[in-house]
Amino acid sequence: MVGRDADADATDAAGTALSDRDATLVESLLAGSHRALARVISRIEDRAPGYRAIVSALHDHTGSADVIGVTGSPGAGKSTLVDKLALALRDRGDTVGVVAVDPASPYTGGAVLGDRIRMASTVGDMDVFVRSMSARGQLGGLSMATADAVTALDAFGKDVILIETVGAGQSEIDVVRTADTVAVLVQPGAGDDVQTLKAGILEIGDVFVVNKFDREGAERTRAELEAMVHRRDERTESSHPTGHHGPGAGRAAGAADDGYGATDPTDDGHRADDGDEAGSSTWTPPVVGTVAETGEGVDALLEAFDAHATALRDSGELASTRRRRHAAAIRTLIRADVGALANDAIAGHGGVDALAARVRRGETDPYTVAAEVVDPIERCVERAIDGEPSGSPGPDADPGADRPSEKD
Amino acid sequence: MSVDADERPVRCLVAKVGLDGHDRGAHVIARAFRDAGFEVVYSGLHRAPEEVVQAAVQEDVDVLGISILSGAHNTLVPKVMDGLEAYGALEDTLVIVGGIVPDDDEERLKAAGVAEVFGPGTPMAETVDFVRANLPERA
Repeated sequence: MVGRDADADATDAAGTALSDRDATLVESLLAGSHRALARVISRIEDRAPGYRAIVSALHDHTGSADVIGVTGSPGAGKSTLVDKLALALRDRGDTVGVVAVDPASPYTGGAVLGDRIRMASTVGDMDVFVRSMSARGQLGGLSMATADAVTALDAFGKDVILIETVGAGQSEIDVVRTADTVAVLVQPGAGDDVQTLKAGILEIGDVFVVNKFDREGAERTRAELEAMVHRRDERTESSHPTGHHGPGAGRAAGAADDGYGATDPTDDGHRADDGDEAGSSTWTPPVVGTVAETGEGVDALLEAFDAHATALRDSGELASTRRRRHAAAIRTLIRADVGALANDAIAGHGGVDALAARVRRGETDPYTVAAEVVDPIERCVERAIDGEPSGSPGPDADPGADRPSEKD
Repeated sequence: MSVDADERPVRCLVAKVGLDGHDRGAHVIARAFRDAGFEVVYSGLHRAPEEVVQAAVQEDVDVLGISILSGAHNTLVPKVMDGLEAYGALEDTLVIVGGIVPDDDEERLKAAGVAEVFGPGTPMAETVDFVRANLPERA
């Protein structure tokens, strides 16, 4: 198979025009064909040639679905809960889309996607569309693919879309961040579990769920979570909670390879933005107890989701949440495109292996190589911006100046 | 990153249809497919034909592996095939069956559109190679 990026480039160069075949596909999806929806999601996942035009065409038809992310440690009961949520949503007349993301083996790329096993309550009901996705080891691509799959489900007309993923690692966290409302699942008696949540996941929860609430220690876990949520709120009110994103590291990388530097400042700007929005929020995440196995507490959880959706709308935060999501999408797309350009440039220099061999023989060093490869791209960018002084595009200055205060 | 990362992984559904609870074979083949780099959706036990069809359509799989050890393949498999047909998914899904199937029945299943039947003791590599060699072309 030819490189995916190269193919995508060729298509994109021709603009975002739909091929006839893809136009038919989009039409059938909008007309309600499950098969077309499934095929569109495959194209999105594969980053198949033309997929961008498809997503682009679907974009006009989106915006009506509530998007809910469900995450938590392995074994917390995510799939079972999502299954029961889907059932409860169907009972009140909503149509449901589920995107279940599982990790792939970093060695073979293979994956066993087992979430479907636990999603049995709604089988036989095509108005619940469940799609399993594997991480496929794409850098930053997973959240993009998930967001695009959500676009497809939204355009198809699903009322509520549930995204389910294991809460470990940055890419999974990025995945649930594509949702309007994020539920973080914890199981009882796991003091350690709550501790591990601190590393990044606590910050993203809009609703916390103590699942397996009939087990020993459930109340205590709920109390711990509530205490933690309140601590989080205090902290959010007093300062920008952006320190954990490690902007310093991002900045160092941006400074090193100038070719990518242009995207990083916006990135940091976006993250600082996050902090502001969280700071202005009046929403205090509730902690809900559920027993997914029996469906107990699921209705209360749905009510919590509804309350959060209402709070988002009333406070005007929905707009900023969605703006943030679009910003992330734009950034990811541009980064992918620039990355593809960089790959072409590397190929033009004889491929990365040849370059590495030169470093190995002591003829050069990685920094010089990177500078050589990126240099022509950089010059093109400068020419395009026309008149901008070289090296540091405008936006670089602002977040840069802000940064010291963020670190405090 | 290796070149392989750019290749589209084979997607397959490993499904247990009907009432038999023998899922060792399904687990082993799911694992073998995973190790071959496939993305494997596993249905879980005791699925009705229409549930399998639903999963195969929604997951848009290239390969549907049906594991049956109950002897009810003559009833269940054609129902799955009809369901796929109804969704227009039959022609680009490679359907294979694993289990204990008498020769006469094997002919009938193949006539119904099943690509191959794998009996007990089939080496994993043989099944994986068969899938690779017979993957349907995607329109």
